[in-house]
Amino acid sequence: MAARNRPLSPHLQVYRPQITSVISIMHRITGVALAFGTILLAYWICAAAYGPEAFHRAEALVNSWFGMLILCGFTFALYFHLANGIRHLFWDIGKGFDIETTRKTGWMVAGFSIIATLATVVLASPWVGAS
Amino acid sequence: MKMESHLGRVRGLGSAKHGLTHWWAQRITALALIPLSLWFMASVISLNGSGYAGYAAWISEFGNLIMSVCFFVALFHHLQLGMQVVIEDYVHGETGKVTLLILVKFVAFVGGLSCIIAAFKVALAG
Repeated sequence: MAARNRPLSPHLQVYRPQITSVISIMHRITGVALAFGTILLAYWICAAAYGPEAFHRAEALVNSWFGMLILCGFTFALYFHLANGIRHLFWDIGKGFDIETTRKTGWMVAGFSIIATLATVVLASPWVGAS
Repeated sequence: MKMESHLGRVRGLGSAKHGLTHWWAQRITALALIPLSLWFMASVISLNGSGYAGYAAWISEFGNLIMSVCFFVALFHHLQLGMQVVIEDYVHGETGKVTLLILVKFVAFVGGLSCIIAAFKVALAG
């Protein structure tokens, strides 16, 4: 192979963060977070198979402040990854790939995921009272 | 016309593996997860506070069981494909990379299978 002391391209930190680059890395971070969050979901689903007592233990864990924090984070990550995933699918069919549109849809993803998370937290909160 | 040299071909360089299958499967599972994850979120919100009995009654409904199984299959498959890309991008040592890739495959398979069997068990018992 050729010698390894070739000049390197400028590294990531010399660039100013832009909406497109921030959303892009967030897609990865939320994806990995969702993968780990899914372990909690699997625990919840499997606890039900062990019977009501195990299910209540899982519910108690989710209803603790720590569980709620995880759940809110999971909800945000899901909406973000979902919205930006749709953005990616549009790119895959060759639509919305110009700079103007990617910036606009990037802000739309950010706005949607924040609003949808807040709406879900309000809807699911015990004070609004689903049964 | 092949866009590679004979030498490159013999050395096994360039794409001749499962890249396209992986790419395509990631998109298909993503597409499936759009309605499935929204449906699952809505279901979890509507079940909020109804406890074990509420969940058992819900999963016993045939449509909910089918949708749940579809959701688990798409979710765990998509999760494995995504984690594979991240690991391949950031883990450079061959041993560590392959170990993690196999680990993610095992965890995703066992996790997905566990969720499906757990859903069936409660649905059939309830």
